[in-house]
Amino acid sequence: MSIKLTLHTPTSVPLETHNINPDKIKNLSQSGVEHLEMFHGNEKACLGDFFTVKGKGHETIHVEGDTSNVKYLGAGMSHGELIIDGDVSMHLGCGMSGGSITVAGNAGDWVGPEMSGGKIVIKGNAGHMVGSAYRGQSTGIQGGEIFVHGNVKNEAGNAMRRGLIAVGGNAGDFTGVNLLAGSVIVCGEMGIRAGAGMKRGTIVSFNDAEVLPTFEYACTYHPVFLRYYLKHLQHQGFEIDDRYINGRYDRWSGDSIELNRGEVLLFKR
Amino acid sequence: MNIKKTEIIDTFAEAFEMWGSRVIITADSISWARAAAQSMTGFATSVIRCKCEAAIECEIARDNTPDGRPGISVLLFTMAKDNMSARLVDRIGQCVMTCPTTACYNGLPSDDVVPVGGRLRYFGDGYQISKKVGNRKFWRIPVMEGEFVVEDSFGVQPAVGGGNLLIFGSNRSTTLRASLAAADAMKEIAGVFLPFPQGVVRSGSKVGSKYKGLIASTNDEYCPTLRGFAPKTQVPNGIEAIYEIVVDGLDEESVAEAMRRGMHTAAEKGAKIISAGNYGGDLGKYHFHLNKILQG
Repeated sequence: MSIKLTLHTPTSVPLETHNINPDKIKNLSQSGVEHLEMFHGNEKACLGDFFTVKGKGHETIHVEGDTSNVKYLGAGMSHGELIIDGDVSMHLGCGMSGGSITVAGNAGDWVGPEMSGGKIVIKGNAGHMVGSAYRGQSTGIQGGEIFVHGNVKNEAGNAMRRGLIAVGGNAGDFTGVNLLAGSVIVCGEMGIRAGAGMKRGTIVSFNDAEVLPTFEYACTYHPVFLRYYLKHLQHQGFEIDDRYINGRYDRWSGDSIELNRGEVLLFKR
Repeated sequence: MNIKKTEIIDTFAEAFEMWGSRVIITADSISWARAAAQSMTGFATSVIRCKCEAAIECEIARDNTPDGRPGISVLLFTMAKDNMSARLVDRIGQCVMTCPTTACYNGLPSDDVVPVGGRLRYFGDGYQISKKVGNRKFWRIPVMEGEFVVEDSFGVQPAVGGGNLLIFGSNRSTTLRASLAAADAMKEIAGVFLPFPQGVVRSGSKVGSKYKGLIASTNDEYCPTLRGFAPKTQVPNGIEAIYEIVVDGLDEESVAEAMRRGMHTAAEKGAKIISAGNYGGDLGKYHFHLNKILQG
């Protein structure tokens, strides 16, 4: 049982709606879905003003059309599946606690901010602040998984407490900044100042990175737990070469300006 | 009933409700995984004195283990669910955590779980790190080699303990050969294990003793040397040795299938008589009737 939403009127003014998620569509008729509220810029509108609604059910929602200017898709969802054929704008899956979101294209900034469960898959690239805390908040995501197969920009995992963020490509600056716990795995390269201010948690990169002077080299070893993570990523469709699974990693402990219980693991070539 | 020339006594094996767990041990090489598994399953033949029963179930190819390294599956059973955590913590802590390169994972998905890594973590003295991937939580305990990874909790489920066969033969070597072959055939069944050395027991026991405080003593009915005067001897003329095969399993069907295979193999290898041990049927929940098992 799935429902299909097709954007029939693309707009250069952003569309915002917290209502495209299985929880909000539950028990609504097709007409009910069309009358769900959304914002076109600062004007109230109905979902039906921009989307064609077809099908029944609420467990799976397919979204089609040019949604690159649609914000808050899947915000707050707790179950079900949201499948987006193209690109999405900011705040995808913000605050979600369960279910899964799959984006075939790219995502804007603030993917999955402050989520506590569920899974977000971005097949393309994502913007800044993936899986992070909103400004002014002390805690970012508290659970769940975000898989970005392409690149991400700055501050991925900002202040995350639990969960997993995996990046198939490169990450920008300040990856895992203020990390409280959880894991950020970057298959490509990281920008500068990874892990700045981290208390606990794990940041992994398959490439060398500039490590802050407030981190201390501990050892080069085989982190067995990482094998499990990387096999998990393989099951999620990431191409992980066996050398990264079997290899050794430099372990850097930090950030000593904070609790100093975090770790940055860099693949040893 | 007979299997060719082997007589199958019309009786049943009486087995008990136990609680089962499955532990997956991985290591950089299968030899280290096996070393840990053998150590963990040592002194785990009978709950009578060992507090649990355990044995290696099988080897697991690296493609099928949680961390992609060669692995060994161990089954460990206890009489009560409440005891399982302590047994696993003791044995994993002393035998697996100590063994180079190993890691330890739950191998039994179940809604019923007991804490294991969640208790072993204290060995880390505050330096331990937890990790959660999907629904599985692990502990990374720093050790002198690097880290020991152990899953936070392990699944448990009701299980069957004490299925058995008694293999009678005309001399010791033939009987042992038949028993060993039967044991090897029984071990092939997934979800079962034979807790005694190579699966064969020579000192079968009965409940109680003439001596106060002993809860079990030699099964005099089946001791050939006592045939002349033991009051209830079950040893016929021409029988010089009897071995018992004890089989535990995660479910009744697996135990029955193991016993069926064991009987066919023992008969093929020269067993004269095959029987089973019971306590009159009042103690154990599971009754494995040999004839019914063979009739399938």
